[in-house]
Amino acid sequence: MSEAGTNYINHEKGIMSWLTTVDHKRIGLMYLWSAVAALAAGGFFALMIRFQLMSPENDLISKQTYNQAFTLHGVIMVFLFIIPSIPAALGNFVLPIQVGAKDVAFPRMNLASYYIYVVGSIMALAAIALPYFIEGWKPLDAGWTFYAPYSKQTAGPVILMTMAAFVLGFSSIFTGLNFIVTIHKLRVKGMGWYKMPLMLWALYATSILQVLATPVIGITLLLLAMERVLDIGIFDPAKGGDPVLFQHFFWFYSHPAVYIMILPGMGVISELISTFCKKVIFGYNAIANSSIAIAVISFFVWGHHMFLSQQTTFSSMVFSFLTFGVAIPSAIKIFNWVATLYRGSIDLKTPMCYALSFLFLFTIGGLTGLYLGTLSTDIILHDTYFVVAHFHYVMFGGTVIAFFGGLHFWWPKMYGVMYNEFWGRLACGIIFIGFNMTFFSQFFLGSTGMPRRYHSYAGDAHVAETWKSMSGLSTMGAVILGCGIAIMFINLLISLKTGKKAPRNPWGATTLEWETQSPPVHENFEEEPKFTREPYSY
Amino acid sequence: MSSHNTAKIEVDKSQFAERNVSHHFVDADQEFDSCKMGMWLFLLTEILLFGGLFVAYVVFRTWHPETWEAGAEHLDWKMGAVNTGILIASSVTMALAIRQAQLNDKKGTVMLLLATVLLASGFLVVKYFEYTHKFHLGIFPGGDNYMFPGKHLSNEFIYFSIYYMMTGLHVLHVLFGMAGIIWVTLRAAKGEFYSAYYTPVEMVGLYWHLVDLIWIFLFPLLYLTK
Ligand SMILES: [Cu+2]
Repeated sequence: MSEAGTNYINHEKGIMSWLTTVDHKRIGLMYLWSAVAALAAGGFFALMIRFQLMSPENDLISKQTYNQAFTLHGVIMVFLFIIPSIPAALGNFVLPIQVGAKDVAFPRMNLASYYIYVVGSIMALAAIALPYFIEGWKPLDAGWTFYAPYSKQTAGPVILMTMAAFVLGFSSIFTGLNFIVTIHKLRVKGMGWYKMPLMLWALYATSILQVLATPVIGITLLLLAMERVLDIGIFDPAKGGDPVLFQHFFWFYSHPAVYIMILPGMGVISELISTFCKKVIFGYNAIANSSIAIAVISFFVWGHHMFLSQQTTFSSMVFSFLTFGVAIPSAIKIFNWVATLYRGSIDLKTPMCYALSFLFLFTIGGLTGLYLGTLSTDIILHDTYFVVAHFHYVMFGGTVIAFFGGLHFWWPKMYGVMYNEFWGRLACGIIFIGFNMTFFSQFFLGSTGMPRRYHSYAGDAHVAETWKSMSGLSTMGAVILGCGIAIMFINLLISLKTGKKAPRNPWGATTLEWETQSPPVHENFEEEPKFTREPYSY
Repeated sequence: MSSHNTAKIEVDKSQFAERNVSHHFVDADQEFDSCKMGMWLFLLTEILLFGGLFVAYVVFRTWHPETWEAGAEHLDWKMGAVNTGILIASSVTMALAIRQAQLNDKKGTVMLLLATVLLASGFLVVKYFEYTHKFHLGIFPGGDNYMFPGKHLSNEFIYFSIYYMMTGLHVLHVLFGMAGIIWVTLRAAKGEFYSAYYTPVEMVGLYWHLVDLIWIFLFPLLYLTK
């Protein structure tokens, strides 16, 4: 079918062959670089926030600009970067190969999902940029949560941005739907459910959440848009509506959404830890089932975002209890990964360095989540930097670190070249240090009561010193973190030019994607793949 | 309803277009199963999309039962009933169209699909009269636009906000469904469907049944609240 030397990258040439491709590997790469571009943009706004907060009464940027900066940072990072990062970029690339198929079940829908993502991103960028060019438009400042009634009153282009999120939601649904059907119907003969790589379990659980939760945010954003256009009165208290209903709707999606963001990361970590310990993963069934448990329970915890929003104490207690419940499957995974490390022959390649960082950071993120799930402590910590720190430990320390690890892990497969290990590890170390400086300091800020989303802060006499020093530390950390990420990408990009040619299976891993050549041929396998070896059989 | 247990029927190949299974599927069965599962998942997302509106409906109806009483007075249950009948009939013609495609009856498939489109347009015509009648009375969607002179309650408009959102979204789905049906009608006319391949007709049919089903919930919830 293919001559020697051809692969999915060079078998067709020219920009059009990329723009019209239905090959899941190419679509994965297009998603990858779009998400990386979003990471750069979101990171730019993050640095803007950090530089403003470097000192208490800074006026580097105006209050209005500051509000936009955190809105844009949140929207870009959540909707344009994290949600597509692992599933749509890495997942698109490896999922069909791991199941031993030629492509996802609906290749054209896969391409459509990418273009919908592009359209949604353009709408989001327009919502960001247009206010600077069109008179009478005010910049967006409603946060990434768009809470009513403020989102109804503010003069920013809320409708454009919510419609952008609506459109992006469709892209996410299409990806999820495609993955579910692919895993159900296209698995290679002999690969039973409990013989799948754990990455597939994680992507499967993620896809269920994408398919079931995203439509709810869709209708919510539609109602919010109608609220602004027609004044329908459903969320606006001045009209007899209920702003808390908006919060219910919003978090019914957005809590599962944080698992849409973290579950794929957990899948990557399962692959990395087993591969670089050269050891069968401990508790395969427990890890597989806990992914599904997380998906199910995460639908019933949304109320923990509303402990202080007029919810009855009883329902708060129930939501608090369930929130503790969702921590259990996450903890099961952590224990199993640590048990896999025990007496494994640990090989500290770059992906493994990221996997170990993940274990530390995600554990901190997960445990601090329990402080917020506890009613009495949440009342103190609500809307402080503690929440910001917790969220970033889970989303950055968890998902993004796993994404970086997975990117290094599959890089040889994607491009057929090996990156430089020394620089890869170094970047990982710098990221680890920078990350902890940026966000561990914020736990101190939050527990001394510093509110989030404030443009300037003085603080009482007894906290003023802490706030000043910790904010400064956080900003320094952010700069280090940014440098680490830059080194990481430069190292990867240089490898495209000068990297050694990658063998089929540089890591000695056991899943199907390592049996095909690097990079794979157009339809993934030179010969019909055979399922001869269970994953993690070392 | 699947081709696999239909008795073997001699197919006059000259009547139908050649078709190969898409490259990434092993065989036609796998392709059909995948499409069907994908469609069901998509329908699930549609149900959840409407689910948000149903929740809003329940919340506001529980809080303001008097608003519901006052609002529902302006709906004509007879019009609603006619539309319910029309949609059920269209579901029947749709199901029969699939059946005829399975039986290699090209002409029958096309005629039944056209009948479905016709019934769907009938639904839209009735809906058009209902909407214009309300606009005539000053019942527009939205608090500031609600200009009904005989209103009794300050928040009466919320009932209509929900009414317009629900029926409006449903009308949009009717339009999408019609577009889908017209698309498969054109393909059926070209002879693309026969006993071994009728996936698109079946998929559009599933979608159309959902559109019908949603209306069957909307009708009693909105029109028959007394
Ligand atoms: Cu949550």
